[in-house]
Amino acid sequence: MSIITNINKLFDHRIRLGIMSILMVNEYADFNMLKELLGATDGNLASHTKALENAEYIKVEKQFIGRKPNTRYSTTKLGRAAFKKHIDALEKLIKKQ
Amino acid sequence: MSSEDYLKDISEIKNLMNKSSRFISLSGLSGILAGVYALIGATVAYWLVINQSYGKLLLDGWVFKTCLVILALVALLSVATAIFLTTRKAKKNSEKVWDNSSKRLILNFIIPLITGGIYILIILGQQKYGQTGALMLIFYGLALVNASKYSIGDIRYLGFIQLVLGLICAWFPGYGFWLWVLGFGIMHIIYGTIMYYKYDKK
Repeated sequence: MSIITNINKLFDHRIRLGIMSILMVNEYADFNMLKELLGATDGNLASHTKALENAEYIKVEKQFIGRKPNTRYSTTKLGRAAFKKHIDALEKLIKKQ
Repeated sequence: MSSEDYLKDISEIKNLMNKSSRFISLSGLSGILAGVYALIGATVAYWLVINQSYGKLLLDGWVFKTCLVILALVALLSVATAIFLTTRKAKKNSEKVWDNSSKRLILNFIIPLITGGIYILIILGQQKYGQTGALMLIFYGLALVNASKYSIGDIRYLGFIQLVLGLICAWFPGYGFWLWVLGFGIMHIIYGTIMYYKYDKK
């Protein structure tokens, strides 16, 4: 029971897990970088970043580079802690079997 | 989810972390060629010193100046080859050559290298020549160790080897030439070959 509760439902999707993985090792990543690395469509990626944003796992900053709007993402403290917990739970589950 | 799915998750996480933070399209072949250039350069310099300068390196003579030019040429050719082959490899892997990861790699590589280069020029200006070989090896080693966090992790060990050679060289400056040949020539060839078989030939 205790192990199962540590598996985070929010990370139970390839794209959301991917977004978090990339942001864990990069200070920032912008929308296009995530899109390229994950091979997701605009709409798909946007809905997943929104879900992580609503959970306050990632921060969103909108700014302009020249005239182009640029959206960049970074992890929050809460998000990092949640991701670490999730990874630990995954490891335990794998070791158990 | 089964444990296989969890394993897949873990490997996907690892893969994305590496891909987003490390530039891994470095070409092993460029390492081999850099070593070859260094050996050719060293051979020419050696021949010049033995046959044109009676085995002595006079600091205001043309032989010394030619040796400096050879050194610059070796460095220039090595960098040009690395850029060319890495660009080619990145294209083949459909990776971008100039992205965040390669920028970060180059920045972290050149900080120790440029510091060392300027330092060597300063002490050469003060007529202190004995430690030049050692300093080149040491600063190059530090640059490799520093850059390894943003690229293939293996170049860290090449960095350690250069550091050890550099320290030996500082202790025995008389063998500076041979340690330089070992570090920049032979080690590059050995390392490039290992990298070539490990990463390029797939």
